[in-house]
Amino acid sequence: MKTLPSVDVVIVGGGWTGLLMAKELGSRTALSVVVLERGGRRKTEEYGDGMDELDYSVRLRMMQDVSQETVTLRHDTTQQALPLRQHGSFLPGSGVGGAGEHWSAVCPRNLPDCFELFSRSIEKYGANRLPEDHAIQDWGVTYDELEPYYMRAELLMGVSGMAGNIHGKQIEGGNIFEGWRSAEYPTPPTKVPYFSAMFAESTKSLGYHPYPVPAATTSRAYTNPDGVSRAGCTYCGYCETFGCMIGAKSQPTNTLLPVIAKRKNVSIRTGAWVRRVVRDASENRGRARGVTYIDSNGQEVFQPAELIFLASWTLNNTRLLLLSGIGEAYDPATGKGTVGRNLTHQVVFSAATAFFEKPLNRFMGSGASGIMLSDLDGDLFYHGKLPFLRGGTLSARSARSLPISECGVVPKSVKATWGSAWKKAALHYYDRTGRIGFSGEHLAYRGNYMDLDPVYKDHFGDPLLRLTLDWRENERKMAEYVIAKAVEIAREMGAKEVTGFPGLRSYDATRYQSSHVQGGVIMGSSPDRSVLNPYLQHWHVANLFVLGASSFPQNASANPTPTILALTYRAADAIVKRYLKNPAALA
Amino acid sequence: MRRREFLTLSAASIGGVLVYSLDREVSRLSAQADQSIRVPLRFFSQAEALIVAAAASRIFPSDEAGPGAREAGVAVYIDRQLAGPWGRDRHRYTQEPFEEDAPQEFGYQGKATPRQIYRQGLKDLKGLDRLKTAEQDQKLGQIETTLFFSLLRRNTIEGMFCDPIHGGNIDMVGWQLIGFPGPRMSNYDDVDKHFGEAFRPKAASLRQVTGHKVRPSEDQE
Repeated sequence: MKTLPSVDVVIVGGGWTGLLMAKELGSRTALSVVVLERGGRRKTEEYGDGMDELDYSVRLRMMQDVSQETVTLRHDTTQQALPLRQHGSFLPGSGVGGAGEHWSAVCPRNLPDCFELFSRSIEKYGANRLPEDHAIQDWGVTYDELEPYYMRAELLMGVSGMAGNIHGKQIEGGNIFEGWRSAEYPTPPTKVPYFSAMFAESTKSLGYHPYPVPAATTSRAYTNPDGVSRAGCTYCGYCETFGCMIGAKSQPTNTLLPVIAKRKNVSIRTGAWVRRVVRDASENRGRARGVTYIDSNGQEVFQPAELIFLASWTLNNTRLLLLSGIGEAYDPATGKGTVGRNLTHQVVFSAATAFFEKPLNRFMGSGASGIMLSDLDGDLFYHGKLPFLRGGTLSARSARSLPISECGVVPKSVKATWGSAWKKAALHYYDRTGRIGFSGEHLAYRGNYMDLDPVYKDHFGDPLLRLTLDWRENERKMAEYVIAKAVEIAREMGAKEVTGFPGLRSYDATRYQSSHVQGGVIMGSSPDRSVLNPYLQHWHVANLFVLGASSFPQNASANPTPTILALTYRAADAIVKRYLKNPAALA
Repeated sequence: MRRREFLTLSAASIGGVLVYSLDREVSRLSAQADQSIRVPLRFFSQAEALIVAAAASRIFPSDEAGPGAREAGVAVYIDRQLAGPWGRDRHRYTQEPFEEDAPQEFGYQGKATPRQIYRQGLKDLKGLDRLKTAEQDQKLGQIETTLFFSLLRRNTIEGMFCDPIHGGNIDMVGWQLIGFPGPRMSNYDDVDKHFGEAFRPKAASLRQVTGHKVRPSEDQE
């Protein structure tokens, strides 16, 4: 093994959180920073060539290569886990920018009470209302503490939207249910396509409070506080699973790399596949010494560092800690150990598929342009007599309307699945079909967790990560409730036929839901029940920080990107202001 | 090296004006010209290609609603996909053990690659291309719950609506059928207009929009 000269900071993973930390430390300190990214560099100037549904949305060219490494899945501990042999319910990215290059850029904040979910739920409904095997926890940080960092994340990306609550003052037309904001969104809302406009009108007449989807596909040209300029969105419709051809969608490569490129103290090494975090138990107890990786030539390398960040997405952050033997692996039978606990996957589905008589022109739009509502989110409606807790948002966006995936979606009245009758219906309905999407909270349960698989290995021979994951009655009942509401909205919109989502049975790894898989390395206020303190610092290894949605104790209904960026900004502040002066526990 | 196989298509057999793409180049044929064209195959034998062409034409027929799999070149599209990385499972996790009878929600768990599934499936459809359409439908109906048929159906839809760089959707016949204009640099002036009316800009392929050749993934690796 080759040992390289020591650096001050090593960051594992070159996606949103890793590159944001690299930008912050690279700009605010003179520390030497190395980012290790196992994928390749992106040729963002070629994103225009990637407006190809087959290669990017069907063959998933921007995603992690699962032939090298995947995960295994089982629904409970009595089952034999099987590898996910092809991409399905979520899409891990690969390469510089990570999943931040191919996201849809929907950018809402979490509701304030999400951060204190355990305390607030007990306070309102009593301990008996929580599901029997729940593992719900408070985050150890409050919305009020995080608000300034949310604002910084939104300014970084130039998020488009309309505020519904500035310093507690409700504003009609924005999301009146959102947590207080210190200022308006950096840019005005994006344009509203026809289907979304119909959704806005109908939901208003039904008494809901629709508002423009907060979008990091920026509505007009924008220059952020770092001096980075991006173009406005042209509504080409190639967002999710694609890189943005004009850079209107905020991506790590167009938002963070321009700053990082100017910093001589930051370097990015691609093709660097990190396999272990090294901790020397005999000498530096409680400290990590560096990481080992396989470089692009296949050589094993040890990179010593003073400060180590894992920023390689939920699954790989958890797996690296388990493979490195750092912390105690969670055991669902005893409840002991913390690494791997609280695995969640946001409850996302097309609640209602609506078939209209008029064409929708749905090739126009962006992954985030549209209208959503929060009336059924969180605890914004009283759950006293309902058979579930919490909720989520309904939205009408123009995402995912490309023809290979969408031509052939027909109403239930069409029985044929091939041949002339089916073809006729497929052609007719292709541009007359709209989807009302639901994005809901997933509570944490004692039995949903991650550990190392005893059978299946990656291409280096390391065990794969094993997910033990299934839905519970809370999610199933919540789904039933919102599906009925969405079907009602679709009918109000004038749909000729409506297909409601059939409901949640067992966790289905073949249906794409979202890439919002969370937990495993959770933050909290107690080392007995969490891996990280509220500054994303490892409770027992002071020079190790773990960034990203792996830190979320449970899954909010909101898309995670603004929250992971806000938490990363907050950690960077604490490191620059306190840790560097006294490299010890921050909490 | 295997013997070179070709799919021979006559303009008359397809009917009407046709554009057929031969590898990266585009050839134009018209029914009146009494021409035929030989497309070099990368994976299928000629006999297999004819069966695939016949089956795809029953899944997405050419009928009074417009052109179908035959005009779009679906058989050639599938041939290229199977010859490329997808056909040999280049990006699928293929480590043992395989659990062939796993529940559906775990996704395809089998060992067979798309190439192997096609090769086996086509054996059972031998002679399909020489049957009458009603008999073809009956035969396909007998296999419509198989993995092979679901792949064939999926690949037929892909071949109808992919960018023409992949060999299907020739001359954008698929896109024109559904009013999809292909990749467009900007819909800024139109996205919030044309409510309730069909807005149908002229379709353009990726090559036309970017002004240069784009290499599809099946030609790489």
